[in-house]
Amino acid sequence: MGEKLTIRMAVNGKTYDRSVEPRLLLSDFLRHEIQLTGTHVGCEHGVCGACTVLVNGESVRSCLMFAVQADGSEIATVEGLATPADGSGIPHPEDADLHPIQAAFREAHGLQCGFCTPGILMTLVPFLEQNPDPDEQQIRELLSGNLCRCTGYQNVVKAVQLAAERMRP
Amino acid sequence: MSHDATFTAPATEAPARPSQVGASPRRNEDRRLLTGEALFVDDVHLDGMLHAAFVRSDYAHGILKGVDLSAALEHPGVVAAYAAHDLGDYWEPGPLLVPPPPIDRLEFHAATQVPLARDKVRHVGEPIAVVVARSRYEAEDAVALVEVDIDPLPAVADMEAGLEPDAPRIHEQLESNLAAHVIQEKGAWEAAREQAHRVITRRFLYDRGASAPMENRGVVANWDARSRELTVWDTTQAPIPIRNGLAAMLGLPQSEVRVIAPFIGGGFGPKIMMFYPEEVLLPWISMRLGRPVKWIEDRQESFFATTQERGQMHEAEIAVDEDGYILGVRDVFVCDTGAYNPYGLTIPINTQCTLLGPYRVPNYYTEFRMVFTNKPIVTPVRGAGRQHGVFVMERLLDRAADELGIDRVEIRRRNYLTPDEFPHYHEIIYQDFAPLVYDSGNYAEAMDRAVEMIDYAGFESGVGATARAEGRHVGIGIVSYVEGTGVGPYEGARVGIEPGGRINLATGVGTQGQGHFTSFAQIAAEQLGVGADDVEVVTGDTARFGWGTGTFASRGAVVAGNACHAAAVTVRKKVLTLASSVLGAAEEDLELADGLVRVVGTGASISLGDLAALANPLRGAVTPGTDPGLEATAYFGPERGVTASGVHAMILEVDPETAEIDILRYVVVHDCGRVINPMIVEGQIHGGVAHGIGNSFYEQLVFDEGAQLLNASFMDYLLPTAMDVPHIETAHVETPSPLNPLGVKGVGEAGAIPVGALFAQAFENALGIEGFEVLEMPLSPNRLFELIRDARNAHDARDGG
Repeated sequence: MGEKLTIRMAVNGKTYDRSVEPRLLLSDFLRHEIQLTGTHVGCEHGVCGACTVLVNGESVRSCLMFAVQADGSEIATVEGLATPADGSGIPHPEDADLHPIQAAFREAHGLQCGFCTPGILMTLVPFLEQNPDPDEQQIRELLSGNLCRCTGYQNVVKAVQLAAERMRP
Repeated sequence: MSHDATFTAPATEAPARPSQVGASPRRNEDRRLLTGEALFVDDVHLDGMLHAAFVRSDYAHGILKGVDLSAALEHPGVVAAYAAHDLGDYWEPGPLLVPPPPIDRLEFHAATQVPLARDKVRHVGEPIAVVVARSRYEAEDAVALVEVDIDPLPAVADMEAGLEPDAPRIHEQLESNLAAHVIQEKGAWEAAREQAHRVITRRFLYDRGASAPMENRGVVANWDARSRELTVWDTTQAPIPIRNGLAAMLGLPQSEVRVIAPFIGGGFGPKIMMFYPEEVLLPWISMRLGRPVKWIEDRQESFFATTQERGQMHEAEIAVDEDGYILGVRDVFVCDTGAYNPYGLTIPINTQCTLLGPYRVPNYYTEFRMVFTNKPIVTPVRGAGRQHGVFVMERLLDRAADELGIDRVEIRRRNYLTPDEFPHYHEIIYQDFAPLVYDSGNYAEAMDRAVEMIDYAGFESGVGATARAEGRHVGIGIVSYVEGTGVGPYEGARVGIEPGGRINLATGVGTQGQGHFTSFAQIAAEQLGVGADDVEVVTGDTARFGWGTGTFASRGAVVAGNACHAAAVTVRKKVLTLASSVLGAAEEDLELADGLVRVVGTGASISLGDLAALANPLRGAVTPGTDPGLEATAYFGPERGVTASGVHAMILEVDPETAEIDILRYVVVHDCGRVINPMIVEGQIHGGVAHGIGNSFYEQLVFDEGAQLLNASFMDYLLPTAMDVPHIETAHVETPSPLNPLGVKGVGEAGAIPVGALFAQAFENALGIEGFEVLEMPLSPNRLFELIRDARNAHDARDGG
């Protein structure tokens, strides 16, 4: 047991002040300290990508980072992905409150058990911002950092293509 | 791509609508999963909750001489710690989940897993003690302080060596490591062998892999003494058997135990009703401490604390006539059950029965020995023994085709059962205790479709020739399989109409991503004239539905799906009866559509919601004998399983120098009877194929001679990624099953089953090296390289000599 350190983080726009052990993983902080359980933990050694969140806009595996390392950062998790401003181009009115990537995953059946999905979504957000028109090979290379046991990836690729199409400026 | 010629909708069905059976509406469960709202077991947070961590054996086999918990108990934050002797009468070996089926020549010795090792450890990772603390971090700190004294014993790592007379004995109460010996026979193999034009013999190995769902296992237990309710959130595929078993073990009535399988992050078999040590201990700890307690498996633990599958060694023979017709098959195999065998004979019996495939096999001798080893426990993993049978049969047919100079597709066509040969009786017993009978199938049609899709006829002169001219090694493979699915005993469902007009549906099976919230909704929607999104489905909560078994054996859509159908049909009848009286019209003049009951032609109507309110009168009297509400519960218990089938084909490029592969095309033609939701069925196939690709070329659990697992992480055990799984082209042949009203067959495991056999054939075809045969699975780039090298060396030696 180490001495606790005080940290401050903005998660999905809300500020959290907490006192934590230095060894507390960022993934455990998000899930168990502030109860944002949408971020999942699949391997705790940085391979599966289920725990991916955005730290200052970049995709990061939250199981490979200590919460204290994220002190002062802005974090985005899957819970903050859908915002009222989103939804442009989503053909289903009942999903218009979702982020276009989320809606595309529903439309293309890009998820089955859904456990790996939050990490995939958070990997895609900066990717599609930086690569508005990716080809299939680029999409597959990006997705190769996220393991999924259910889908065989085919409909995940399809969902990314659909989202990219809708999000292109 | 349904085949109208073979597809007849049952006459009782309401007309099709976009969200009903046969359509692909977006899934009802997805919004929760996409926004982070969906509850998984590790998301359960309760006030005062404690956390458990396990002390596990580092040795595969040894005498457990002592466990000292004292230092752990003094560690800050630790609340309790238990070893086997602390459990008192609660310490008991787990139940035998599947007793042996009624087969005449059968020897079976059960040895089931224990909550905590007491006198001996029998596999690496077997739990020895549990520590409970305020946080998981503190619990793990204290685990490191538990002193365990083990005298190591020689371990059984090799299944065949385990049967040697001088092998170390794993269970002292048994005479040997033999767990079972079973012989099943059809016809007369010896006579068939004597008449054969050719007899081909080979030895085949299929080794272990992990199920590796992305969510590890977990349990949260909370005993509330004041409300007398034990609530257990469990990553199980079968919450109802777990509820029943826990109630019995803890001495509680079933009504005081609620087991919830919330969203489960993939199952693939091992999350079945295992009564894993953690599943049995967490509720006991919660009752003892009067506090909620959570345990979540980590990935490394999962590699030896969660069950595995696939170790089998076959010695097989096929007897054929000069035209390639099968006269008989003999298969004698050894199968590894690991340290315990709680799942009985399910896997090897699946192997025995699936080996026959879509073929006419008049004479069959099949014999297996199941052996205890010091490896983690074996229970079904997606395919559950069927892979092995398909691998053996398809490989034997390939060899027969080679030796007789018959085309690979042609030899299969000659041996296919034809549509007029159903039901087909195989004279052996299947895992569901019933005789193996194929209900229906149309194998040649699936083969024709696959041949057309992959352009089998044009490959040799087209893609193959071009590749050869460029010095590339590109091959084609094509294989068949059947899968017995949808076994009993039964499932149930309750369907009701809410006063607001929404439909509620509850069933007992758990859900691990199969889309039950949508497929079951479609089944009810079809009967009640609503959209699939008007149906709220609850699965896997024993408080909402308490009868049934679980999600395994590709049975959810077949068994639970037909229970949903039966309940919805009854609700439809109740709706028609009440609406007829309210609207003053004959039942046959009513239609259910758009959430309304309408009198055809007059425009008079009433909403389902208003009818539901009328069905629950608040004043006055009801006619004696009338049940309130528009609700029904129904059960479906099939007499026996239904047989799905299919053909997989692929074009595979191999670099013989690096043994790297590139799957250029992958085609699946599948027949799961009537398709409820094509989008979901295709998704199941994609996932199955991906799992099969992993099991064929990337994933192998590697143990050393001490039965120590050498690759217990995702760094070392390679799951296929988006770079490894190709685009999969699918088509459906629909041969509805006559054994259930929906005409459906299971699909969950199918995609994974024939992939090893397909890879083997495609490798041989691509490399074209004389004497190069693939007789084992899984391969890896390294193993493939060795096989290529050995075949070339043998070839050179022959040429040189």
